[in-house]
Amino acid sequence: MTEDMSRYPLHLEGDDVPMVRFRNVTKRYGPLVVLNQLDLDVSTGEMVTIIGPSGSGKTTVLRMLMTLETIDSGVIYVDGEPLTHMERNGQLLPASSKHIRRIRSKIGMCFQHFNLFPHMTALGNCMEGLVQVLGLSRREAEERSMELLDMVGLAEKRDEHPSRLSGGQQQRVAIARALAMRPKVMLFDEVTSALDPEVISEVTNVIRRLVGAHDLTMLMVTHQMGFAKEISDRVCFFFNGAVEEQGTPTKLFENPERERTQQFLNAVLDAN
Amino acid sequence: MTYIEFLQVHGSRMADGTVLTVVQFLLATVVAVVVAVLFGLMRLSRNPGVRGVATVYIEIFRGTSLLVQLFWIFFVLPLFGLNLDKFVAGFLAVGLNMGAYGAELVRGAIRAVPRGQWEAALALNMTDRKRMWRVILPQALVIMLPPWGNLVIEILKGTALVALISVADLMFEVRQINIATFLSVQAFGTALIVYYVLARFFVTPVMRALERFMSRKIGRA
Repeated sequence: MTEDMSRYPLHLEGDDVPMVRFRNVTKRYGPLVVLNQLDLDVSTGEMVTIIGPSGSGKTTVLRMLMTLETIDSGVIYVDGEPLTHMERNGQLLPASSKHIRRIRSKIGMCFQHFNLFPHMTALGNCMEGLVQVLGLSRREAEERSMELLDMVGLAEKRDEHPSRLSGGQQQRVAIARALAMRPKVMLFDEVTSALDPEVISEVTNVIRRLVGAHDLTMLMVTHQMGFAKEISDRVCFFFNGAVEEQGTPTKLFENPERERTQQFLNAVLDAN
Repeated sequence: MTYIEFLQVHGSRMADGTVLTVVQFLLATVVAVVVAVLFGLMRLSRNPGVRGVATVYIEIFRGTSLLVQLFWIFFVLPLFGLNLDKFVAGFLAVGLNMGAYGAELVRGAIRAVPRGQWEAALALNMTDRKRMWRVILPQALVIMLPPWGNLVIEILKGTALVALISVADLMFEVRQINIATFLSVQAFGTALIVYYVLARFFVTPVMRALERFMSRKIGRA
C-alpha cells in the first residue's frame, strides 16, 4: 500500500516553521504498531520532554529523527525540509542517503549507554566527527572540542579513554561530542537511566546549562519526572504510540486531564 | 650416528629449509589477512551479489582440502594458462585457504561490535566507509585477535604441505634427508621440534604482544 504523498508539503514555509515536525508518522515492527499516525511539532529553541510507559514509542520518536529507524508512513520535517523524503520533480520521494546525510547533519544525539568510541580518548571522541565528517583541521577540531570538554567540566580528562571515566563523565563527554558538531536539534535518549544516582546531577546540570544558554532545540526522553518538570517547555505523555496528552510541565504534572496520564504519574510517583 | 653428528651433517640443510618455511609462512599470513578482511567485509555487504561471491569463496576454500587446493593451483591452473612458480603457488594456496577461515573471524568480530557503536557513528553523520574504518574495524580487531592467534599457527603448520610441490621448505628437506639416510626419528623428530619452537616461541608471543598492544590502544589495559 503506497501512501499518497501529495497531501504533504514539499517544504514548510512561513513565519513559525517548527524545527521538527512529525506528520502522520507510523512505525510498525511486524504486526506491532509502535507509533500510530504521530503528529508532533517542536519549535526552534524549545525543550520538549517525552514521558510515558515503556513500549509507548517514546524512544522510537528520537531514533526515527536520528534516522536510526525508518518510518512506514508519514513525513518528518527538520528545519523546514523533509528528512525522510526529498523533493524530485515536485513530488516527495523516499530520501536518498545523500539527502539524509545533509539533513541529519542538523541533528545530534546522546544515548542511554553513552556509546563513546572506546579506542579514542575523550578528546579524540569529540574531534572524530569534526575531522572526519566536517573536515576541520586537527587544530580547529581540538580547539572546538576543548571548549566543549571545558563546558562539561572535563577538560582535564581530555587524554583519558572512556574505560577510565565514570558513567557520568562518559555521558558528559558524549554530550560534548554531539554538541561539537553544532547541531540545531539535540536528542537525549534516557541519558541518565544507566547512571548511578549520585552522578545523575553531573549530567542534568550540563543539560540545564544548555537550556539556559543556547537556542538549541531539544527533545528528551526521560524517567526523571522532577528534572522533566524543572527544565521542559513542554511535556508530552506518550501512550500506545501516540501523544495522549501534552502541555506545560505545571499543567501536565499537576493537573493532568487524561486518566492514563494520571495513572502513569501516580505509578511513577509511587515507585519513587 | 649420534643426534649431534646428525645435526652437524644435515643441520645447515634443515636451517635453509626452516628459513624458507618462515618466508612461506610470512607471505601466506599476509595473503590470509588481506583475503580475510576483503571477504569478511564482502560477507557483510548489503549487495546480495557481493555477499554471494564471498560466500562461494569461503565455502569452496573451507569445504575442500588444502592439499587439493594446492595441487589445483600448481598443477591444474597451468592447464588454463595460468602458470605460477611453485614458491608463489605454495604460499598463495595456504594464504587463500586460511584467509577463508579468517574471513569468518573478521565477519564475526565486526558483528560483535556493539550496535551502539554503529549508531553513535551514524549520529555523527559518518559515511559507511569511515564508520567501518574509523570506528568498527579497530574494535573488531581487538575482538578477533585471540582467534587469529590460533589461525596464524594453523598457517605455519599448513605451509608444511608446500613440500609436496617441491618448495624446499623444512618439510621438503627433512623428507630428502630421510630418503637418503633412513634416519626417520632424527629427521622427522627435528622437524617436529622446529615447528613447535616456531609456533610456541615466535608466533604465540608475537600474537600475545599484539593483543596487549591493541588492548592498550583501546584503553583497556
